[in-house]
Amino acid sequence: MSHLPYFAAAYLFLLGLYGIASSRHLIHLIICLAIVQSSTYAILIAIGYRIGGQAPIFASMSVETPTVDPVVQALMLTDIVVQATVMALLLALAIQVQKKTGNLDPNSIRKLHG
Amino acid sequence: MNMPTRLTLFLLGAMATGFLYLKGATQLPEFGHYGSSFYPQTYGDAINHASIFARHITDSVTGVNFDIRALDTLGEEFILFTSVMGAVVLLREAYEKTPKQDDHEQSGQKEKSAIHAPKATDAVRLWILGMTAPTVLFGFYIVLHGQLTPGGGFQGGVILATAPLLIFLAQDYENFKRITPNTLLEIGESLGAGGYACVGALALLSGAPFLANIFPFGQTGSILSGGIIPLISFLVGLEVAGGFVLLLAAFLQDLFSSSDESKEKESAQ
Repeated sequence: MSHLPYFAAAYLFLLGLYGIASSRHLIHLIICLAIVQSSTYAILIAIGYRIGGQAPIFASMSVETPTVDPVVQALMLTDIVVQATVMALLLALAIQVQKKTGNLDPNSIRKLHG
Repeated sequence: MNMPTRLTLFLLGAMATGFLYLKGATQLPEFGHYGSSFYPQTYGDAINHASIFARHITDSVTGVNFDIRALDTLGEEFILFTSVMGAVVLLREAYEKTPKQDDHEQSGQKEKSAIHAPKATDAVRLWILGMTAPTVLFGFYIVLHGQLTPGGGFQGGVILATAPLLIFLAQDYENFKRITPNTLLEIGESLGAGGYACVGALALLSGAPFLANIFPFGQTGSILSGGIIPLISFLVGLEVAGGFVLLLAAFLQDLFSSSDESKEKESAQ
């Protein structure tokens, strides 16, 4: 069971992907994409974790203190901000689709309008 | 493709992916044993040492972001920049295409706020009146202390971007527009993105590799320690704050212009 966090990440990934494949609403689809993205957070944090490790901030602790991996944490924090803006872009697209076609069901948006 | 076919395809793909993932993940070191058995000295530990001794900073997460892997962060910066631009262009195009009569606009402008933003209660207004200045101050504090304690441009930028949102909540859309003119936001955002690349180019001019840390590292624990790290952190803060407020402004503009349309339709009927 010591690999459980890795499996949890895979579960989140596949769950989100199922949501995207079976989606009937664009907003639902965007939220499912956010779930897929959050699986990468889970796997990154799980890989960098060290039992008993401290946060890699050395303002008030010795250099020799064992810490969790700072690289995955740095990846995460840029990714969270980027994810927020990408979600905004997708939501803006959804707004345009709603305005152009009057509905948000991805199955009914088949034709491209010039 | 109809739903059952699609789900069957998904199931096949998911089973294959899941199988391969299971095979791979069970080969990984156990959870919580990062670098303890195979590689006692990991990349993360090396970075911790480099941050403290070679860069004179105490937060190695910021060290990774703005110095050691600064090129990757530059890439992320431009993902952020382009997605903000994309969203703003999409929303503005819709706004500009809606037909507008000038005489309508003048009279409509005043009604808008009265109709769409329900007046905030005195409690909310008082609370926000007290909170706005500390929010801005706290945002700058987080941006500028990234190299010492948890924080930096990304986190601080988001905090800074909440200040105009507070104004919107306490006042109305008109006041929000007044304190966030689009030109100012665009200048802030471009300065953040372009300045980052310029800091990298500055290193090239002095003969060092792109984004090399060419400034003096200063004394550990002081606000100017870390060479280019505080500078890049500040630029990223500008970019993130500008980008988020631009997004906010674009969505609000879209909301108010489209509800304007429906209002005009209603009055026409």
